[in-house]
Amino acid sequence: MSASTAPRRPGPTPTPVSQPFWDAAAAGTLTLQHCGRCDAVVFYPRHRCPRCWAEALAWRPASGRGTVATYTVVHKPGHPAFAPDTPYVVALIDLAEGPRMLSAVVGCEPGQVRIGMPVRVRFTAGADHPLPLFEPEEEP
Amino acid sequence: MSAALVGIGELPNVRRSEGATTLGTLADVAAEAVADAGLSPADVDGLLVGPQVGETPQHVPATVAEYLGLQPTVSNVVDLGGATGCGMVWRAAAAIAAGMCETVLCVLGNTREGDPPRSPNRNPIREFDVPFGASGANTSYALIAQRHMHDYGTTRDQLAHAVVAQRQNAQHNELAVFHGRPLTVDDVLSAPPVVEPLGLLDVVMPCAGGAAVVVTSADRAAAAGRPVVTLAGAGEKVTHRAIAFAPDLTAGPLADAIHHAYRQAGVGPEDLGLLSLYDCYSIMLAVTVEDAGLCAKGQGGRWLAERDLTWRGSLPLNPHGGQLSCGQADLAGGMSHVVEAVRQLRGEAGSRQVGGRPLALVTGNGATMSEATALVLRGEDR
Repeated sequence: MSASTAPRRPGPTPTPVSQPFWDAAAAGTLTLQHCGRCDAVVFYPRHRCPRCWAEALAWRPASGRGTVATYTVVHKPGHPAFAPDTPYVVALIDLAEGPRMLSAVVGCEPGQVRIGMPVRVRFTAGADHPLPLFEPEEEP
Repeated sequence: MSAALVGIGELPNVRRSEGATTLGTLADVAAEAVADAGLSPADVDGLLVGPQVGETPQHVPATVAEYLGLQPTVSNVVDLGGATGCGMVWRAAAAIAAGMCETVLCVLGNTREGDPPRSPNRNPIREFDVPFGASGANTSYALIAQRHMHDYGTTRDQLAHAVVAQRQNAQHNELAVFHGRPLTVDDVLSAPPVVEPLGLLDVVMPCAGGAAVVVTSADRAAAAGRPVVTLAGAGEKVTHRAIAFAPDLTAGPLADAIHHAYRQAGVGPEDLGLLSLYDCYSIMLAVTVEDAGLCAKGQGGRWLAERDLTWRGSLPLNPHGGQLSCGQADLAGGMSHVVEAVRQLRGEAGSRQVGGRPLALVTGNGATMSEATALVLRGEDR
């Protein structure tokens, strides 16, 4: 499928609540909400804390580090716009701050991804809506 | 709960339904179920329907009631994905027990023409899953399967055994989209990968079709002169919507729902004679037999592989073939597990009739192992 005929890739659909997350993403920073009452770290962005229902949620930069909780190598995507990317890796990332988020693992061959693998956030460059993707953490 | 499942209807599963309308499909399967119950439309005073995304966004019960010429005293949408069919059955029983109605039509159907519409919405799934290439349910169940295999050593081969056994069952079910197309374990293992570790034959085939059940009071059911199937217990739980927020990647809310149903029925897994378990993906069967207490946590793959799961076995699994062999007519796919359990418990399943105790566990599972409903159904002693 050529780029000219591929359907438009579905970008994020920010809401007034989630807009700060995407604004920070555009600036290359992964941010998470922290609850001022119960100290929960919250993802995805909420209007109220999903644990204690407080409204006192504040944005803080995250470390961008996490580990792969599980993953799949996608050969037949659910949305046709992703067909040119196959095979690609969708994964659940356990962020160092606690929350789990769905993302993609890039920067390595799909066959190299493992459960428990340390990863670090890398934002897609040049896209309309930069996305927080993850790549293998370099060995120290 | 003293309610009985007295009528069933099920349409053939087909890949395309050009010219059929959703409301017309619901009318077809409703007529079959009400006739099977030996009742007439005028006897129906309760109506449970599913959502109709993109077609009838609001006022679904009124639209369906009007179309069917019903004036129900209880009507509602049940919106629990694959758990909708099971969820309808206990809600019907509860409405009857509350004195709100006596006979409830639970009806689901799906049409399928061309590509489904993609509607814009502001759901968190759309914002935080879809942009990463994770549209639809496939990726979620692949993530579950990968973790189950990692944590417990579950193998594709074990899951394939269950898929093949169900396909053998489906050779006795002319309503199944894969009737006449048996499979081998090698076929399942060598099928094209869709979302590793799941291949094409680990994933349900979307279909058009319909399924319906009529639930009525025990008194009315006894008067009908047919083998009576009663609702002995039910359980339900919803824990999340997107897979990232599942409390556990290898066990679902079905565990709590099933054990609630066991307690209501006063039974345990050792009492069951039939398993009618929701199978959108092969991995769901392994998770569900664990959640049902049929084996220890993590042993679901082995349990499936070591048994005769066909209708001939001592504890048959999905004798109609399951959705993996029947096809999934959207929410009607979940209801097919209720319909098959009633058919079997009545002793009306023909060449795939199971033996054993007339006690069935039926499960429904929606979204990303998010929405769970379980029923224990009891037939008359044979």
